[in-house]
Amino acid sequence: MELGPILSSLRRNKVGAMLIVLQIALTLAVLCDALFIVQQQTALSRAPSGVADESSVFTIANQWVAATDDLAARERTDLAGLRALPQVADATLSPSQPLGGRLMGMGIAFRPAKSKSTAVYPVDDHAINTLGLRLIAGRNFRPEDILTTRGFRENYPSWGGVIVTRELARALDPNGNVIGRTASLVPGTTTATIIGVVDRLASGQFGGDSSAAEHSVLAPFLWADSNVFYFVRAKPGQLAAAMLAARNGLYKISRQRTIVSMQSLADARLDFYRGARGEALLMGVICAILLGVTAFGIIGLTSYWVSQRRRQIGIRRALGASAGSILRYFQVENLLISGAGSVLGIALGLAANLWILQSIAMERLPLSYLIVGTIVVLALGQVAVLWPAFRAAAVPPAVAARGA
Amino acid sequence: MSYYFNLALRSLRRNIALTALMIGAIGIGIGASMTMLTIFRAASGDPIPGKSAQLFVPQIDNVGPQPNAPAETQDFLPPVLTYLDATGLMQAHAAVRQAAMYPVSISITPSDRSRNPLQVDARATYSDFFPMFTVPFRFGGPWTKTEDDSHAAVVVLTRALNDLLFGGANTVGQNLTIGDRTYRIVGVLDAWHPSPRFYDVGGDTFSGEDQLFLPFTRALDEQMPTVAALFCNGTGAGTGWDGLLHSNCVWIRFWVELPTAHDVASYNTFLHNYAAEQRQSGRFHWPPHVALRNVMQWLSYNHVVPPAVDTLTNVSFALLLVCVLNAVGLMLAKFMASTGMVCVRRALGATRPAIFAQFMVEAGVIGLLGGAVGIGLTKLGLVSCRAVLEKDLSLLTRFSISDVLIALALALAATLLAGLYPAWRATQAQPASQLKTQ
Repeated sequence: MELGPILSSLRRNKVGAMLIVLQIALTLAVLCDALFIVQQQTALSRAPSGVADESSVFTIANQWVAATDDLAARERTDLAGLRALPQVADATLSPSQPLGGRLMGMGIAFRPAKSKSTAVYPVDDHAINTLGLRLIAGRNFRPEDILTTRGFRENYPSWGGVIVTRELARALDPNGNVIGRTASLVPGTTTATIIGVVDRLASGQFGGDSSAAEHSVLAPFLWADSNVFYFVRAKPGQLAAAMLAARNGLYKISRQRTIVSMQSLADARLDFYRGARGEALLMGVICAILLGVTAFGIIGLTSYWVSQRRRQIGIRRALGASAGSILRYFQVENLLISGAGSVLGIALGLAANLWILQSIAMERLPLSYLIVGTIVVLALGQVAVLWPAFRAAAVPPAVAARGA
Repeated sequence: MSYYFNLALRSLRRNIALTALMIGAIGIGIGASMTMLTIFRAASGDPIPGKSAQLFVPQIDNVGPQPNAPAETQDFLPPVLTYLDATGLMQAHAAVRQAAMYPVSISITPSDRSRNPLQVDARATYSDFFPMFTVPFRFGGPWTKTEDDSHAAVVVLTRALNDLLFGGANTVGQNLTIGDRTYRIVGVLDAWHPSPRFYDVGGDTFSGEDQLFLPFTRALDEQMPTVAALFCNGTGAGTGWDGLLHSNCVWIRFWVELPTAHDVASYNTFLHNYAAEQRQSGRFHWPPHVALRNVMQWLSYNHVVPPAVDTLTNVSFALLLVCVLNAVGLMLAKFMASTGMVCVRRALGATRPAIFAQFMVEAGVIGLLGGAVGIGLTKLGLVSCRAVLEKDLSLLTRFSISDVLIALALALAATLLAGLYPAWRATQAQPASQLKTQ
């Protein structure tokens, strides 16, 4: 291929070529980083919570009108009423809610100063069944294990037995050997014996500490405080009916409450990750626009070059060059420009990634994104150049004789 | 000038496709960048202009150095205070105004007993809250300092809640049942929506609103728990409500008003001395570690602008840059195509600066048209953002007059910058060479 004439003509159109190089470079850099963010956000919003069939479980945020002394008895009545509903499989209650609700946080450790932060779910013995958690070691709570507490207004020196997630067990002991061991809880002087391990219960949030996202402790409490969440598992396919029956049932038991909100966990997940999904979508749209603008830039500038060089093209055609070789000329020229742009773009993309790393918790840009991004912009250049290149190839040799 | 303007319009009409491409490129760039800039500006704006430099958050290290903590949290100062420190600062009265506060969730029992109780987001605070934040009142006013001290059962309603409960009537002096206790309404606020809600940046920073205010001292008597996070460290919560109050758990926000630089300096000294006293009394075992930040410093310290908005703003400006590069290329093509016309004008006596000015006017016209397209696209972009972004950010997608002006200025600046080189190149045409080839 005749690279000589291409290079010498590029030298004469330095500015135009540079403009395309810069556009390609910026496009590639933004494309790689943006798509990587999109991928991370999407992965985050799809991370399993450990709750089986989230669309069958709903939460009821219940607020008692006044913090009277009989809240524990009221809550037991509510739970019995919910469990008795024909559309309901099981129910439990907790002051903590995963995926965007309020969450209790504590530290847990076998040795002080080695404490791991974790979400705490004070629940009763129906939690594992209601949430559909998978118990992989030890045992569930027994009804007699459940302590009654009025929130943080009461404190127990020992919580008795607690159940932890597999990730937390591994964080506490690299061998995951935790059953029967006694851990201390931070704050305070409280201790708890680990009686069981569940496969997974993710909170979906934890002060930005993603390593603690799957750290959860189930503690044996009936939480008798003014604000609690009832968790209800509907029988298959009866979510809507169960929600309606639950609301009516609760108000029938007592009107001394406000039901602040009712939502399935599937909807809570949608709400919780709405921002992440929106960001991914906007990134995608901006990337698409960027590719379009760059393509039009290439088309515009190449068309201008073609019209500038009509005479030279005519002379080459008259001297025997085929239409195909004119076409190839513009394609190779574009490949050179896009190639230079890609090299610059890869450097820019890596720099931007390092810069973003400082502001938000994000991982290093993997090589695969740079490779795919480069292929995409090179292909974009080739597609964009086709139309002006075909027009160039269609220049008849007679133009040479006609003059400008 | 008007002649150049005429020439510009004529020249733009000559090659409609190229002109449309340029206007489109600038329009798209402006549309994308202004959409994100509008949200960014709203998120990073001053929520209480004129007073933001006089309001401060004191922070006190109540845990001490944590050698085992991860590096980034080693210099940790909690954003909220313990009850002990909050009451310590309230009683010291070292600022012109000061208010401790925490959010609660209450139930209003309607007088019509057949209706269900209503859940309301409320804030327990001190009477200084209202004058300190220049909160406007529609009826009545704040409760008094005496009522702070006497733990009075009084409330201030927001206009929205008063409209909802009482149809907007003047309800000062009327009673309201919260839980099972009766409170007296002393004031109704006028519309007041500081955005971001600087005094509590915990959650729903841009959309969260308190609907009712009651004395801090009263809320404690009622043992109303905070609905915000409760961070505990070191010694625990002890037993019961009293245990919480005497614990090392932090949960109370604190603001002070310090009008002059002298006030700020002396409050800093006071904070330092306070922490030193706590050390002497044996409560703290580390040298004083305190901070005092004003509103804008506090917002940036808490990263109030969501990282997503930050990233999207950067990406959209990268897109604008690509669009400008694109416009440079297209203008280069367009201006160079009129070399013949330039030569004729030069031959007829036009100076190079005159030719340059003519092309810059043409670039300006493209900029204004691109800006107009961009404003339309920004509106579209903001509507889409409202549909897909977090609900908390949806109030930030308003397009104000100042945003329109910024869009036009940005479009004009971008195209004039893009036009510089092509216009200069156009002036370099040699009349003689052009005439020869004709």
